[in-house]
Amino acid sequence: MANQLATREAYGLALKDLGGRNKNVVVLDADLSKSTKTNVFAKAFPDRFFNVGIAEQNLMGVAAGLAAAGKIPFVSTFAMFATGRAFEQIRNSICYPKLNVKIAATHAGLTVGEDGASHQSVEDIAIMRALPNMTVIVPADATETRQAIDFAAEHKGPVYIRLGRAAVPNVFGEAYEFGIGKAVPLIDGTDVTIIACGVMVAPARHAAEHLVAEGISARVLNMASIKPVDTGAIIAAARETGAVVTCEEHTVIGGLGSAVAEVLAEYAPAPLERVGVMDTFGESGTPDALLKKYNLTEEAIVAAAKKAVSRK
Amino acid sequence: MSQTLTPEQLSQLAGRAKSIRRNIISMVTEAKSGHPGGSLSAADILSVLYFAEMNVDPAKPQDPDRDRFVLSKGHAAPVLYATLAEKGYLPVEELFTLRKINSRLQGHPDMKGIPGVDMSTGSLGQGLSAASGMALAARLDARNYRVYALLGDGELEEGQVWEAAMFAAHYKLDNLTAFVDFNGLQIDGPVDQVMSPLPIPEKWQAFGWHVLVIDGHDYNAVYDAIQEAKTVKGKPTMIVAKTVKGKGVCQMENVVDWHGKAPSREECEKFLADLEGIEEVK
Repeated sequence: MANQLATREAYGLALKDLGGRNKNVVVLDADLSKSTKTNVFAKAFPDRFFNVGIAEQNLMGVAAGLAAAGKIPFVSTFAMFATGRAFEQIRNSICYPKLNVKIAATHAGLTVGEDGASHQSVEDIAIMRALPNMTVIVPADATETRQAIDFAAEHKGPVYIRLGRAAVPNVFGEAYEFGIGKAVPLIDGTDVTIIACGVMVAPARHAAEHLVAEGISARVLNMASIKPVDTGAIIAAARETGAVVTCEEHTVIGGLGSAVAEVLAEYAPAPLERVGVMDTFGESGTPDALLKKYNLTEEAIVAAAKKAVSRK
Repeated sequence: MSQTLTPEQLSQLAGRAKSIRRNIISMVTEAKSGHPGGSLSAADILSVLYFAEMNVDPAKPQDPDRDRFVLSKGHAAPVLYATLAEKGYLPVEELFTLRKINSRLQGHPDMKGIPGVDMSTGSLGQGLSAASGMALAARLDARNYRVYALLGDGELEEGQVWEAAMFAAHYKLDNLTAFVDFNGLQIDGPVDQVMSPLPIPEKWQAFGWHVLVIDGHDYNAVYDAIQEAKTVKGKPTMIVAKTVKGKGVCQMENVVDWHGKAPSREECEKFLADLEGIEEVK
């Protein structure tokens, strides 16, 4: 496997494998199959691929009907349109009846890039996390994406999987095992815990390495499972390291940072700093330039960690 | 070849529809809220579907080969519950738990709770998409069941309906038959004054559906339209059923206020007496 692969690319490959193993898997897209990579499945299994056209509300509704009749539909479009345009269809036609629909939404976050704010979904985790019966997963790399897709196919009920457009470095080896509701420790540490998801996992690791040079021992956790979140790992982080930093390519309102804040406030209060989009829309630009401008960087994580430690 | 119903069948359907209407009025009265008008308008269509057509068995509510019904206008839940009770899915007494705490009979249908409810609905515009997904699943699994959906005329104002209309025609879902309960009224007034969805048949034709226009209170017409839909290949069928909101209760008929209002106890008695006066056989 290439060292750099977008999670959407990994999704396409995972879907194709899954389709070969499970004949109940069907895939739907809303005229973005070349971008979401569902076209990989479509080529392999044309009879089980359905393009609904530019109609996201119907996309979710048709998937609900397929699930009600025993199919395992994976639906894909950009995160913005899946969770925004079709929110109420996801709520009322999928989550309320707890139907077995998997929403693999691509092009999430600022790193969709040049298309700008209209296409940069930085609220989708918050929106999906608020829905009863919904499971929310934000994979960090290709390996985790493939395992998250396999998990989703086995899990009974709605799952939201957040994928990115841009290539990301591989974080996990082939021995990695994804577990729902389980944080994955990446680096051990004693002074502060950095909890990251998605494209922010790689810079979080680099930040921890940088902090060592400054005499700060940082624990790093990958929290792909946003809902259910690993409450035990968060409590342990607070008690054992005394300070926490969250990192996400998402608004700090309602996403990973909020999920961690809720656990800390309820069980183990500790200083918390949240790295994420600070309640603002994005803009057009390259993914790297956007991450830099909106402070989703290794440097920002280092600064946040120092601040969290200073607040102990 | 006419498949028209026998006099015995017509008499039986009239009896079923009257019983369903009685229960609609009684259960909405007991609940002190709900939607009687659009439930009464659809009672004859559901009677024909459940008592003359659909392959459904209350003893096997999850049978994978059963025909499906999606009440897209989910606020007409009373007509669905009353029909399911009439069919034997629920005890009739349970109808009087409608909209009460801890009841399976939610204000709008919840498929998790009640055997015989094939889809949770209530937010308008979503049912036809789900029905299309079910029809597609039948094809994928090479099963012969048919899927029925009932939409309101005001509901046609929702954009998702037309997304689903395109989809069902594009994928040639000829095992899908939908009805528009064309009673002409929505909450704020006549549909052609609030936001006209007219002309209805021509729109569905333009979207590639086989379209029939019938009297939705004429059992033979409803039954024959369903039979015709089963012979149509390569396209879904829309049966535009002209109905009367509040049908069967003269004080409710064509009165927009009865869209979403419960009768008082006194009104309930009067309305039930009204119902006794309607013709047994149409």
